[in-house]
Amino acid sequence: MRYACLRVGRRYAFLELVMDYLYFPGCTLYTKAKNFDQTARNCSLLLGFELKELKNWTCCGATFPLATDNIMALLPPSRILATAREEGTVLTTLCAVCFNVIKRTNRLIQGDGEKRDKINNFIEKNYQGDLQILHYLEILKQDIGFPQLREKVKKPLEGLLAAPYYGCMLLRPFKEMGFDDKEKPTLFEEFLEALGAKAIEFPYKIECCGSFQSVGSPDVATECAYKILGSAIQNGAEAMVSTCPMCTFNIDHKQSDIKQKHLDFKPIPVFYFTQLLGIAMGLDYRTLGFEQNAVDPLPLLSEKGFL
Amino acid sequence: MLVVSKEWSESRQTEVSNSHNGFIKKAMVIGGGIAGISASIDLGNGGYEVVLVEKLPSIGGRMLQLSETFPTLDCAQCTLTPKTVETGQHPLIKLLTYSEVDRVEGRAGDFRVKIRRKAAYVDWEKCTGCGLCQQKCPSKNPSEFDRAMGLEKAIYTLSPQAVPNKPVINPNHCRYFQEQKCKVCQKICPVGAIDYEQQDRFVEERVGAIVTAVGFDLIPVKSFGEYGYGEVPDVIDGLAFERLNSASGPTTGEIRRPSDGKIPKEVVFIQCTGSRDPERYMPYCSRVCCMYTGKHARLYKHKVHDGQAYIFYMDIRSTGKGYEEFIQQGMEEEGILYLRGRVSRIFRERDKVIVWGVDTLTGKKVEVSADMVVLATAMIPQKDTKELAGKLGIKADEYGFLTEAQRKLRPVETDIEGIFIAGCAQGPKDIADAVAHANAAASKVQGLFAKH
Repeated sequence: MRYACLRVGRRYAFLELVMDYLYFPGCTLYTKAKNFDQTARNCSLLLGFELKELKNWTCCGATFPLATDNIMALLPPSRILATAREEGTVLTTLCAVCFNVIKRTNRLIQGDGEKRDKINNFIEKNYQGDLQILHYLEILKQDIGFPQLREKVKKPLEGLLAAPYYGCMLLRPFKEMGFDDKEKPTLFEEFLEALGAKAIEFPYKIECCGSFQSVGSPDVATECAYKILGSAIQNGAEAMVSTCPMCTFNIDHKQSDIKQKHLDFKPIPVFYFTQLLGIAMGLDYRTLGFEQNAVDPLPLLSEKGFL
Repeated sequence: MLVVSKEWSESRQTEVSNSHNGFIKKAMVIGGGIAGISASIDLGNGGYEVVLVEKLPSIGGRMLQLSETFPTLDCAQCTLTPKTVETGQHPLIKLLTYSEVDRVEGRAGDFRVKIRRKAAYVDWEKCTGCGLCQQKCPSKNPSEFDRAMGLEKAIYTLSPQAVPNKPVINPNHCRYFQEQKCKVCQKICPVGAIDYEQQDRFVEERVGAIVTAVGFDLIPVKSFGEYGYGEVPDVIDGLAFERLNSASGPTTGEIRRPSDGKIPKEVVFIQCTGSRDPERYMPYCSRVCCMYTGKHARLYKHKVHDGQAYIFYMDIRSTGKGYEEFIQQGMEEEGILYLRGRVSRIFRERDKVIVWGVDTLTGKKVEVSADMVVLATAMIPQKDTKELAGKLGIKADEYGFLTEAQRKLRPVETDIEGIFIAGCAQGPKDIADAVAHANAAASKVQGLFAKH
């Protein structure tokens, strides 16, 4: 039997661990999205599993190549997959972009024998594409179960109107990702309801956040973010919930830019879903890394009485 | 119409049953839409007895739901009603409505068809069709005939001009069947025709040939995630728009949108919804959508003069006599805005329906803040067509459309002698083509009968 020790509320708790998941954090989760990584790890301990970090991981490649014969761009995710297979059969990620790149590469290796051989020759491994790639949310749904999660919630987020923002990377391309319903996913909503919050339905929930446009043409990305946030706010959202550091950068950190352009815009906090999970599971808010959120969520949380 | 006395008809009947070498010169038509009606009238006028089997309480089919028809814009009911009445009064046509084919045995010249006559809970022999029961029935429910936009009583006929004009009770909606009380219709009926104890019964018909004209359905709006899974109330399908536009429809012919009854000032029509999309829906072209969408937009402009109609299309397939002229007139004279491109998403924002599309001719993204959207959804076979094909021993294709014996030269025959197909059961068709197809099937039957 293995145990973990974690500070919950004012006390330290010993938590029994039932299983491990091999975990690929990705670069952003060690820098800009540390709060995402840390809260996910702590929450998993509370839920009885540990995120076991993959050894010697590298960048996932950040984008899945658009050109089908671009083997070079497939090598980093392939190497990650091959190493992971040596350690286990399931690989989990948090960042939606990493999830997208790794899952699609895995599928390609699985289905395309010629590419598989070529890639294996390059990376000097023999990986057959037999890993299962799961997103953290999928683990919560399939392995933990939302009804069980609801039972474990210590501090239900009652009265919080949260807009679940999927972005594109979790879902698209639909055929390859197979994450949830392609046009109207509900997994994220189910998760929020399990925590006791009210999920706000808004039409932009699967629209693109502007992605890397925020580097080359920041105006485009700002406009995308304004539309997404505006639509959520109009539908009654008090906060946004994200699964992706890239989206979070665009819809959270860009809010100051939006405010300069659109004077009537009123910023709302953007959470990583694991931060909300942490609050609901009773973790001390000081351990949830809110100092990394661009729009300070503490006023909203204290107003709602979650602190 | 062929005028024959009752006596003649009866003598003819004996003559038929004593037909040559046991070859029965009597036909069955399955499906009472425009194709089935046309085939029945042809056969009846040819002097042969016909049994017309229809699963709904009255005949007329899809055409009865339409408002006006292209390219002449004449009223569908005005052109159809004489036909339904003729069918109903024809001495040689026997109507078995509210009935379904249960089993088929035998071969050309001697088919034995077992037919299930569904319990109407009304004794049609006694019923005079006065309509009192429908007036007094307290149970109102969304009407399937009006595409769930109008209300229908639990005891109902499909339309005021229904043939036969006899009501049926829907036990799922009837208070007596659900709660064991009410019985208003029984109390009010002046001839005591209501019979709650009625059961389905089976009758057998012996016929020499069968024409299958079971028609089509539309792919449900809720199949389209990108268009809101049918959850946006002001996104409707083409048949629903026909009902809105029809004088006998839920709005008595005024164009009012379902959500709040307002007159829509901007309407977006989307062609090829579910058609010509091999990856996700139906790979085939439904053939009528280009024309009826053009018609819808024009009818809309005739009723809402200051309204704007947008049509998103892939290309216009107006291959029929007078069809292209009809479309051109809509574009040039009625100010309908045709946009070549697809729509990627529809959602509701406050009381508007937002449509995101693209105009591929200018290469620009288009966003329309519309009041209503009409989807020209793909034609699909009726859902039990494959099952019926199994009973008849004929083939159906992967979608469920019935397969003809030979694509070009034998378009109405099937692999089984004596069984013919007509209308949209074989594939998407407009009214003119369906009628021509039915006429062909009827003439094939007459040819077969004449040979023996």
